[in-house]
Amino acid sequence: MTFFSHIIAIIRKDLLAELRTIEISSAVIFFALIVLVIFNFAFELQVGSQEIQTLGPGVLWVAFAFSSMIGLGRSISAEKDKGSLEGLLLTPVDRGAIYLGKVASNFIFTSIMEAITLVAFVILFNPTSLSLAVIPYIILGTLGLSAIGVLLAAVAAGTLIREVMLPVLLFPVSIPLFSAGVNLTRNAFESRPFSDDAGSFGLLVAFDVIFLVVAFLLFEYVVEE
Amino acid sequence: MSNKSNRLTDLLGLATSTLIVIGLYMSFLYAPTEVNMGLVYRIFFFHLAAVAAGFLGIVVVAIAGIAYLRTSARAWDRIAEASAEIGVTFCFAALVAGSIWARPIWGVWWTWDPRLTSFLILLFIYIAYLLLRASARDDARVARFSAVFGIIGAVDVPLVIASARVWRGISPVLFQENAQGFTFGLTPEMVQTLAVSISAFVLLYFYLLIQRVRLEEIRDEIVAIRRQIATR
Amino acid sequence: MNETLIAVENLDKIFGARYALRGVSLRVHPGEIVALVGPNGAGKTTLLRILATLSRPSAGALSIGRIPLPQHAASARAAIGFVGHQTFLYDNLTARENLEFFATMYHLPDVAARVRDAAQRVGIENRLNDLARTLSRGLQQRVTLARMLLHSPAVLLLDEPYTGLDQPSANRLDEIFRVAQREGRAVLFSTHDLERGLAVCDRALILQNGRIAHDLPRGDWKTLAGFMEIYARVLN
Repeated sequence: MTFFSHIIAIIRKDLLAELRTIEISSAVIFFALIVLVIFNFAFELQVGSQEIQTLGPGVLWVAFAFSSMIGLGRSISAEKDKGSLEGLLLTPVDRGAIYLGKVASNFIFTSIMEAITLVAFVILFNPTSLSLAVIPYIILGTLGLSAIGVLLAAVAAGTLIREVMLPVLLFPVSIPLFSAGVNLTRNAFESRPFSDDAGSFGLLVAFDVIFLVVAFLLFEYVVEE
Repeated sequence: MSNKSNRLTDLLGLATSTLIVIGLYMSFLYAPTEVNMGLVYRIFFFHLAAVAAGFLGIVVVAIAGIAYLRTSARAWDRIAEASAEIGVTFCFAALVAGSIWARPIWGVWWTWDPRLTSFLILLFIYIAYLLLRASARDDARVARFSAVFGIIGAVDVPLVIASARVWRGISPVLFQENAQGFTFGLTPEMVQTLAVSISAFVLLYFYLLIQRVRLEEIRDEIVAIRRQIATR
Repeated sequence: MNETLIAVENLDKIFGARYALRGVSLRVHPGEIVALVGPNGAGKTTLLRILATLSRPSAGALSIGRIPLPQHAASARAAIGFVGHQTFLYDNLTARENLEFFATMYHLPDVAARVRDAAQRVGIENRLNDLARTLSRGLQQRVTLARMLLHSPAVLLLDEPYTGLDQPSANRLDEIFRVAQREGRAVLFSTHDLERGLAVCDRALILQNGRIAHDLPRGDWKTLAGFMEIYARVLN
């Protein structure tokens, strides 16, 4: 039970700190909105047009990718700035609990950012056939991204070029997640039957499960010297 | 380095070069020309052999990574580093060969065919791995971080392959085109040639691995000597 | 009570082509306050970080309260209090939230009481509701000291603890050391402030180029000038 109380304490601590720096979250959301606007120019995305159906899912996931990357970088640099991660490592707390706590708080935050981005997307582009079915896909995608992202952000933070290193490590590895996420979102846009999505859905679930387990096991080797 | 293991390495080198020569002979003269694609299909022997060595590389990186995390023995890190450098080379060679093959067959240098796409992503994972090695602060950290990322990368490979398939499953045009490219009938001679060229590249991989590890061992010895001198 | 709290035998730490520590051996017993002095880059921080389980030795044996490191680091951690160069505080949490968070991580019963006690001992009880980032460096250092005291560790390790402390706070730190001494804990701290460091310690270790050049019990030097003489001889 201590394990869970530690996880809860880490989530609570992260959310508390994050709520006090609303300016950062606002910047992340602002950034996601700008991405939507840029794509509007790049692809001539008109409100309610056919292009939204085909390009929209990709646009959405690119915005998610960028904002989650900023969120991940922050979630680890908050631990690194004053060396508090070392403070945490000095305690007998299980390293797995630190990992799960960081994944959970990151997941919560990214989800909030994405929810706002999604609402903005709907308002700005008015996709005609967007169904609520995308929500579980986005949640699964965010979970996988947090699972692998917390580990890789911790790796990147230990290098000399942490800001550059995180996307270099994160994006190649998470291509399966993005391709499955975009695929599922597109199918949801086009209201296709679920059987069309089974492969992508299975892939997304597999990605989440595999990397939660693998990263949970490896996290200790990244943070400990 | 003992004399005996030197001798074994030389033997391996000899076996490798022999197999490469045989493989070349078989690829160009022994295997019959393929009916649909003509002569150009022969680069396929080189391409597939490089693919095999490229995959072998990331698997060894991951195994050595696991072993390093369990033992903290520098030797495993040397193997991981060597395997990544050699693996990325084979990976790149495979992509170039694939590209040369694609040009006359598909009329383009590159298509987003699932196999090529997966392999390109594998190349990215290798490059990310090597960039990580180049940018970590100190040796122990380089070893730990790259072990972790090597394991992640290898675990990711099957997912990448699966995703490329699922993804392309929805664009049937490309899929057919690529199926046409791959479903040529393999004659027994072709299968034998393929087996020989793959074995040749796998042996070459191991030969290069041993040499590269040895180079790194020598470098470590020099560092140790410098350390002794500095603290005297 | 007469066991050794810190035992280090032939410790090496290698950074690439350099020994950060070479053949370091030392023992610290309950009730001892030991100062670690030496020029920059002598290995003081490295030694303290290894003892605090934040870094691994390249060779050698060490134990904290008979628990061997780094093999059983997890169980040794409850017995170690460490203050490093950085404050380890979360900027956007208050001092109280910081302390409560770490108390939870040490899995202490009655978190609120522990935080109150520790805060009182460093004299920050009326600044507990301030955000850590709004506190001055000196006050942050005091919160950090409180964090070290939360779980009443048997071994206190401090890296340049006087940094940023004003006169009264530094006196308070001396007092914390003396209380720890009475309670049979072991204190090992590094400092560049020889005058203050030597006044409070029972023993001084001079570290030079990763080796312990001198291990001087209090009786070996009479005055600060006397110590400086020995120190200058080591450095040359």
